Amino acid sequence: MSILITPETKIMIQGITGEFGARHARLSIEYGTAVVAGVTPGKGGQTFEHAGVEVPIFNTVAEAAAATGATVSAIFVPPPFAADAVLECVDAELDLAVAITEGIPVRDMVRVKRAMQGSKTRLVGPNCPGLVSPGEGEDSKGGCRIGIAPGYIHKKGHVGVVSRSGTLTYEAVYQLTVKDIGQSTCVGIGGDPVNGTSHLDVIKLFNEDPDTHGIILIGEIGGSAEVEAARWIAENCDKPVAGFIAGATAPPGRRMGHAGAIVGGAEDTAAAKIKVFEECGIEVAVTPSDMADALLRSAEKKGVTLS
Amino acid sequence: MNIHEYQAKQLFEEYGIPCPKGAATSSSDEFGTCIDSLGEGLVVVKSQIHAGGRGKGTFTDGFQGGVKLAKTKEEALDYANKMLGNTLVTIQTGEAGRKVQTIYFTEGADIKKEYYLAVLLDRASSRPVIVASTEGGMDIEAVAENTPEKIFKVFIDPGYGLADFQVRELVTKLGLSKLESKNAAKLIRNLYTMYCEKDADMIEINPLITTESEEVMALDAKVSFDSNALYRHPEIVALRDLNEEDPKEIEASKADLSYIALDGSIACLVNGAGLAMSTMDIIQHFGGSPANFLDVGGGATREQVVAAFKIILGDANVKGIFVNIFGGIMDCDVIAHGIVEAVKEVGLELPLVVRLEGNNVVAGKKTLDGSGLTIVSGDSMADAAQKIANLVK
Repeated sequence: MSILITPETKIMIQGITGEFGARHARLSIEYGTAVVAGVTPGKGGQTFEHAGVEVPIFNTVAEAAAATGATVSAIFVPPPFAADAVLECVDAELDLAVAITEGIPVRDMVRVKRAMQGSKTRLVGPNCPGLVSPGEGEDSKGGCRIGIAPGYIHKKGHVGVVSRSGTLTYEAVYQLTVKDIGQSTCVGIGGDPVNGTSHLDVIKLFNEDPDTHGIILIGEIGGSAEVEAARWIAENCDKPVAGFIAGATAPPGRRMGHAGAIVGGAEDTAAAKIKVFEECGIEVAVTPSDMADALLRSAEKKGVTLS
Repeated sequence: MNIHEYQAKQLFEEYGIPCPKGAATSSSDEFGTCIDSLGEGLVVVKSQIHAGGRGKGTFTDGFQGGVKLAKTKEEALDYANKMLGNTLVTIQTGEAGRKVQTIYFTEGADIKKEYYLAVLLDRASSRPVIVASTEGGMDIEAVAENTPEKIFKVFIDPGYGLADFQVRELVTKLGLSKLESKNAAKLIRNLYTMYCEKDADMIEINPLITTESEEVMALDAKVSFDSNALYRHPEIVALRDLNEEDPKEIEASKADLSYIALDGSIACLVNGAGLAMSTMDIIQHFGGSPANFLDVGGGATREQVVAAFKIILGDANVKGIFVNIFGGIMDCDVIAHGIVEAVKEVGLELPLVVRLEGNNVVAGKKTLDGSGLTIVSGDSMADAAQKIANLVK
């Protein structure tokens, strides 16, 4: 099993005819993901073709969902239109909207998040690499890849990875895979200050998933999401958890690439978050090269087999 | 994006947020006209730089105070002449300080009491929050630490907007008189409107003051904007002051690179913000000091890599370079060619350690090996970081 998505999940891609969306639609199709629809307003009726797969394009999300049974959308539309694209998924009552788009204004996300309260749809992102539930095939093909992560570095297995950063997720996944430790699902929740799904939301799902035996939690400076997740883990999660926080050397008040990666006070520094991790029994990776090893240490302490 | 106090006050005026009358100039020839445009009485002379702590700052020539109260026009002229072109060092500027290129003159206000007022995003609730305090003119973080009961917050429902009861709650807790409350309520409403309409990141008024005639006004103003929303605010983009930015950071933004200058000796070039941050961390972990944050992004081109090298080498403190690439989708060989081309073009003499991993890595490593250049290869991030730290020591 996995969380949020399985190899059977049918996905649509909003912005499939744009360069960025098209490129990753092709990679997802090659990975074996069920890309069943594309959405580009004004291009309904056309077809997106790749590797012998024909993907019908629709004008609206609702039409795409009704015609194909897609329950998840990957959003690749430019920032000025991205908030609207998310709301369209909510209106169509999709299970999951994954916003890859980087650079959405904060005010737009604040309003979208409020509008999503009480709705059926979950949002992952924005400004995120998306999700991967690896498959059984060669280079983990046959899995579900939503977004922009490199599929081939994964391996099907039992470790859940959750992170605000794309490349750090890949780093962790790759360390696991070369050690022959597979992953259940890898979730990039995004680097923006206002996002749909938090570290804690994903941790809860991993905790409930019988097929996830261990968790890597990757965070960074800014905000309190990692602290909130760590405190919950201390009370509720017996699975081995390794943690890493990026940004120990970041100067206060500067945004480190991600819109949300900014030290605002004493509570959201890397040192403060690492201290909370330690208090909560999370095995801290000393460097980013230590993430998989840290999880192995935690698993050994708890007598859990990861592979 | 940050703006100057005088620019913020101009926006305040547009939104009906009262502040003392003022005039700004970058030319000493206009000091007199600016001062004459104000009313009779005291004049406040304020250095305009994008950093806090101006009042308690010191200029590099020993002159004290980036904000001065003058009793006469002559005194104001004297202060302004001492500030303009001089370099002001405050707790927020670092040792190098900032050159003052604009002076802002305002009328002196008749202060009854000082307060604090700000509107910003509360990340935990994903809602705007208005923060107010009876302790104005002080470091608000210190107030929060020592007397949290003197800080009042209202969280705004973005669907409904700022509610009347929330405004009443704030003015009541601040202990304002009836007329002051009426004036403050109007100011708070206008402040929130400006925050929304201009896509501000944060607006901070410290101090907000009441006067003997029960007016409420903003004595200082610190305003920053959400960079993601600048595309819909050309009027805000026009307020950008390149003098306040590091020239290397300006170059980087032209090449679409995310770069932040630091004061260490090991430059780094990385793909991805999280990896770039942790590359800085791992350099420090192994005893080095990072010279910068540099994210070339997920789809870096050869041209960008060349531009990145030029920016890095423009920093005289740099004694070594660490390239850390995890090519997920990005082709490692493209990066490798970019590195070789850049090194040849700039004639690199500093130690260079490269860690390549991911997509097409074998071809990438071959390109580096076959280039005839002295490039040290790292097997993992930790291995590469240790190597560059040792080479620079």
